[in-house]
Amino acid sequence: MPDLGKYAGDVYAAYGVSLLLLALLIWRSLARSRAVKTRLKDAEARKAARAQGL
Amino acid sequence: MASGWNAIWEWANPRKFMGWTDKALPLVAVLAAIVFVGGLVWGFFFTPDDYRQGATIKIFYIHVPSAMMAINIWVMMLVTSLIWIVRRHHVSALAAKAAAPIGAVMTLIALFTGAIWGKPMWGTYWEWDPRLTSFLILLLFYIGYMALWEAIENPDTAADLTAVLCLVGSVFALLSRYAVLFWNQGLHQGASLSMDAEENVADVFWYPALMAIAGFVLLFITLVLLRTRTEIRQRRLQAIEMRERVQG
Repeated sequence: MPDLGKYAGDVYAAYGVSLLLLALLIWRSLARSRAVKTRLKDAEARKAARAQGL
Repeated sequence: MASGWNAIWEWANPRKFMGWTDKALPLVAVLAAIVFVGGLVWGFFFTPDDYRQGATIKIFYIHVPSAMMAINIWVMMLVTSLIWIVRRHHVSALAAKAAAPIGAVMTLIALFTGAIWGKPMWGTYWEWDPRLTSFLILLLFYIGYMALWEAIENPDTAADLTAVLCLVGSVFALLSRYAVLFWNQGLHQGASLSMDAEENVADVFWYPALMAIAGFVLLFITLVLLRTRTEIRQRRLQAIEMRERVQG
């Protein structure tokens, strides 16, 4: 670990909050992608079933 | 030339876009992870302290790339919004929509790290300095842009109105970039990184900063591709659900 001296709190806060915000953005993007993909798959299955008159 | 342009539009066709991004996205994501982590690890662990700013120089490797991305993402949204207005190209409008939350997070990071860095250097977290103020206004534009997309049900109307908002907000994106040059009374210094060797920071800071910037750019490309794919699927889903409601 580098010796950050009296600025350790400032540097860790900057990195910590930034990485947390980016992690939340990535998690949210992946979660929404998965949810929409599942809902579209279900909707397309319903559409195909309806087209076959089921 | 004409065939070149036609090829671009063809690649941006929703079906074709889903096809090539399906293959490209994993590769870009891996590259983004390597370059992003590499740039930050290099900057944090393997660079010396600055003789004036001490260890706070480490904040540079997050603050500068995020601030650059905050402005450039808005510029990307401006270009895609103009394409929507001129060509009515749906993927363009959806790409702009997909980019906005990423830009908002980048702006928030730039403001936060700037405030944290400002306290030991300037003695204050915040000053109504031209660059800081224009960045705050840019954040408000990002929030307004996202809210407008959510507030309007018809997607084409939402794309039209958000494109107009994007054009107006571009003034503040440009101000964020050039505010330091327009007004001299602010605390914020001019560009730290430029192609001019006399104005640049020392190489020991410059190379890891370049890698960190490349990492942020690749992270943005990864996320905007992922989110645009989601928006295209969402649009398809809405169309199917609408048909189901009509058919009862």
